[in-house]
Amino acid sequence: MSAPEGPLKQTPLNAVHRQTGAKMVPFGGWDMPVQYRGILDEHKAVRGAAGIFDVSHMGEVEFRGPAALEAVQRLTSNDASRLAVGQVQYSALTTEAGTFVDDLTVYKFADDHYMATVNASNIDKDFAWMRDHTKGNVEIRNQSDETALIALQGPRAVEILRKLTPLDLAAIKYYWFARGKVLGQEAIVSRTGYTGEDGFEVYLKPGYAAALWNALLEAGQPFGLLPCGLGARDTLRLEAKMALYGNDIDDRHTVLEADLGWILKLEKGEFIGKPALAKQKAEGVRRRLVGFEMAGRGIARSHYKILKNGQPIGEVTSGGPAPWLNSNIGLGYVLAEHSAVGTAFDILIRDNPVPARVVPTPFYKRKR
Amino acid sequence: MYPADLKYTKEHEWIRVEGDKGRVGITHHAQSALGDVVFVELPKLGRRLKQMETFGVVESVKAVSDLYCPASGEVVEANTTLEGKPELVNQDCYGAGWMIVVKVADPKELNKLMDAKAYEAYLAAEGGH
Repeated sequence: MSAPEGPLKQTPLNAVHRQTGAKMVPFGGWDMPVQYRGILDEHKAVRGAAGIFDVSHMGEVEFRGPAALEAVQRLTSNDASRLAVGQVQYSALTTEAGTFVDDLTVYKFADDHYMATVNASNIDKDFAWMRDHTKGNVEIRNQSDETALIALQGPRAVEILRKLTPLDLAAIKYYWFARGKVLGQEAIVSRTGYTGEDGFEVYLKPGYAAALWNALLEAGQPFGLLPCGLGARDTLRLEAKMALYGNDIDDRHTVLEADLGWILKLEKGEFIGKPALAKQKAEGVRRRLVGFEMAGRGIARSHYKILKNGQPIGEVTSGGPAPWLNSNIGLGYVLAEHSAVGTAFDILIRDNPVPARVVPTPFYKRKR
Repeated sequence: MYPADLKYTKEHEWIRVEGDKGRVGITHHAQSALGDVVFVELPKLGRRLKQMETFGVVESVKAVSDLYCPASGEVVEANTTLEGKPELVNQDCYGAGWMIVVKVADPKELNKLMDAKAYEAYLAAEGGH
């Protein structure tokens, strides 16, 4: 990821992180906490109890007007017309080639009002792309600076958030959201996340973020909640095989190659990248993103080469330890003929081929 | 946090002289900066290392770092316990988290290393802790 020039941007929680001992790092142009107590402890807290994450660096773009749905449909690969009010959808912002400008979640507030949540490092690029590729009666607004976002993730999330809101949280199903008061302030409570765990993402005004963060820490303390940084966010999302833009998905790999065919709805009508994706679907992909587990001793890292019988067949896009699974896992693009579950190949680690094999994904799936 | 009986490198390794041998590990600063250590790769016994040659790697959840040998010599011991318990590097970096023992080829080389006071000043200048 290329960091923009100039000073690092700060979320509304920056001072809170610094005061409470977070280790801060530059991330996509932002000054962000990479860890508090430690990545492994934070990871396990989220799987076993709960954790909170400052994800206020994420971007929010609103679409308002009679042509809002038409605009979203033209820009994204999933079918936003299937959304009910209060529903969320994972989708791709696609190029003409069917590759990713970004991945995003789409929220439907009303027939003429949608919101897209996008990656922090892509906010300016996405916003410009959306405006440049939209015609008609719709207003597209970048609301990122007016929006804070805190993720509460883990099996105890409902019990913790319940203490802070009158909303009926049980009525908010996975990938749905509700608007209501949290700590007495207007918020959007979305049952979504980037950890593979149950939980919520709470959108609110930046001025209330610190109060909510502290209230969640206090409410969650009896349950074992920990504040978490981007390090645990990354290990959690990898176990859940959720793609990371810039690693696993980018403008060089298509939605189909990324194994995200489930967010590709070719029958929905025209959208940017549809002809390329329809052609690729008919012809088949040459390479595909797979999940693998190390069979030998070693940790795969992004950009390590993948070999079969000494010949290069692909490259690792994400890799590392899976703290909950006690194994070392990774994602990578390989030639399609080597992508079947069970396929053995080698990861080239410091000039040594170390055995790995393709496994079913997600690596981790929570019990429901 | 920086024992006085050790010598230190600018790459944050320590060496403890034990007769004609030297025991090697990474410093408190190094393990703290790395965070949770999840993997350690050490050299085979008998390998001959030059001073400040890389002898292995230590990996945290997020990063891979090379290990540099503070003194020239032959590797006579490697802490294989770290294969199964890499967290010892975090928990006890000057004790159970040691990495290798080398037979020191040239004791005079050790004069090039920092003592605890110099290392702490080096960390302060680096903006470390």
